Amino acid sequence: MPSPAFPLDPLDRLIVLATQDGLPRVARPYHAVAEQVGAAPAEVMARLQRMLENGVIRRIGAVPNHYALGYKANGMTVWDVADEHVDALGERVGQLESVSHCYQRPRYPPDWPYNLFAMVHGHDRAEVEQKARQIAELLGDACRGHEILYSTRILKKTGLRIA
Amino acid sequence: MDALDRAIVNQLQGGFPLCERPYAAVAEQLGSSEDEVMARVERLLRDRVLTRFGPMFHAERLGGGLSLVAMKIPPGDFERVAEIVNAMPEVAHNYAREHALNMWFVLATETPEGQREALDRIERETGFPVYAMPKIREYFVELKLHA
Repeated sequence: MPSPAFPLDPLDRLIVLATQDGLPRVARPYHAVAEQVGAAPAEVMARLQRMLENGVIRRIGAVPNHYALGYKANGMTVWDVADEHVDALGERVGQLESVSHCYQRPRYPPDWPYNLFAMVHGHDRAEVEQKARQIAELLGDACRGHEILYSTRILKKTGLRIA
Repeated sequence: MDALDRAIVNQLQGGFPLCERPYAAVAEQLGSSEDEVMARVERLLRDRVLTRFGPMFHAERLGGGLSLVAMKIPPGDFERVAEIVNAMPEVAHNYAREHALNMWFVLATETPEGQREALDRIERETGFPVYAMPKIREYFVELKLHA
């Protein structure tokens, strides 16, 4: 089920707006944000810390461009995992080093029998396939089938505007 | 990219400190200077080695709606449908993938209720059904690519 919304007040919302496009490259970036939103730096940092603790912010950091780092193969591996095992197995698949995102999603039989999605990045398809074999091994008999969907074209890629 | 760039790319995937001088803190861990680290991050962003740098917000915890959506589009209609879907501001990423379900996009709306409205609009304007695949459960979300 979706994560419930965490209550944010107007200052929290201003901080979200001021930082969702990124942190400035100045020596004291949180001070710069504080100036922008009209609050004390300590308050801004405390608000950001609270958002981190409550999962409103997953983390503060960088997202690499996988293509630029040589990971040319971007494989969405999808698995038909028995419902009674999918949560326990999903947790374990998510822990694998090769997996970046792991979710349970609804099936649409017969077109789409898969309920477990795991994004796998590799330098080439052979590497993605090798990592998929690791996942298959982990899932064992609980898995009734899988596919790997490679992206062939980026049709659109803009940031999420969420505030 | 040199060794310092790689170290910065690897280090910053793990997290950026919440303190008065976070670039200085990172510089100390990597044996560099505050100015150097700031300049490198700026350049890595400019060169699109890093695509984002800052707080990664969880759309649903912010009160928004978020879903992965797939569509099965015949080749003759693909470009037309891609144009319609891409034109929607709620569509953040849209990828063509090798499968009968060949168009995959992320739909981000201001509220969870907005999802249904946006999906209805897509079906109406494209003439094709959507396979909405919101997450039922999230097991792990972390990108750790080695530079």
